[in-house]
Amino acid sequence: MRYQVQENCLTIFLPKELDHHNAEKIRKKSDRLIQKHHIKCVIFDFEETNFMDSSGIGVIMGRYRTIYLLGGEVWAVNTNERMKKILTMSGVTKIIQIYEEEEV
Amino acid sequence: MKNTNEMELIFESRSVNEGFARVAVASFMTQLNPTLEEVADVKTAVSEAVTNAIIHGYERDVQKIWIRCRMEDAVLYIEVEDRGIGIADVEQAMQPLFTTRPELERSGMGFSFMEAFMDEIKVESEPGKGTVVKMQKKIGKGRELWSTQSL
Repeated sequence: MRYQVQENCLTIFLPKELDHHNAEKIRKKSDRLIQKHHIKCVIFDFEETNFMDSSGIGVIMGRYRTIYLLGGEVWAVNTNERMKKILTMSGVTKIIQIYEEEEV
Repeated sequence: MKNTNEMELIFESRSVNEGFARVAVASFMTQLNPTLEEVADVKTAVSEAVTNAIIHGYERDVQKIWIRCRMEDAVLYIEVEDRGIGIADVEQAMQPLFTTRPELERSGMGFSFMEAFMDEIKVESEPGKGTVVKMQKKIGKGRELWSTQSL
């Protein structure tokens, strides 16, 4: 997993499979970074990800709670169809933004 | 006579085995010639059930989890069993967003996902004895619409 901090924005490059096993590591590491760098915007990058279950939704909702209190935003980028389906079903699309790149 | 096949897995309730469990079930079901979406649905449901057993059933104590899979013609039956603390109120546990572990960032969507991705789910549980989640899914539903005869 890679994490990138640019100004007050944290990008989390998610692993291939986002389950309970990986979720705990991401939660700990990202919370440390959010605090240390006064993060206001969290971007979940799904480029590599092709599996996610409700533990992944828990990670997103948890980060949203923190960031919302700081007046920031949470984004999801590079989501494939399956990831979009899981995000939509869970209802988190009501609180986070999915960034869609326009087809050329 | 029906075409049947069975397998059973026993593994320790370590989170690293969540990936192993869903891949094992996914590879067993390939005999039914499933679509990618059907495989993804089953993997998600297995992952939810196994995670529940680890976090809630055993409360992260390392013990055994059983998965039994059976296929009968095109129907896949999956049972995930733990012999942990059990669930006092199954109906409440299955409510969307209900969780006993908000501090672990559980979204409370595990059973909702299992219900959404499988055709049927039944939960048998007894406090102090453990929990069995029984799920089934018909594989290849609607695919006959695309057989050569209809084209």
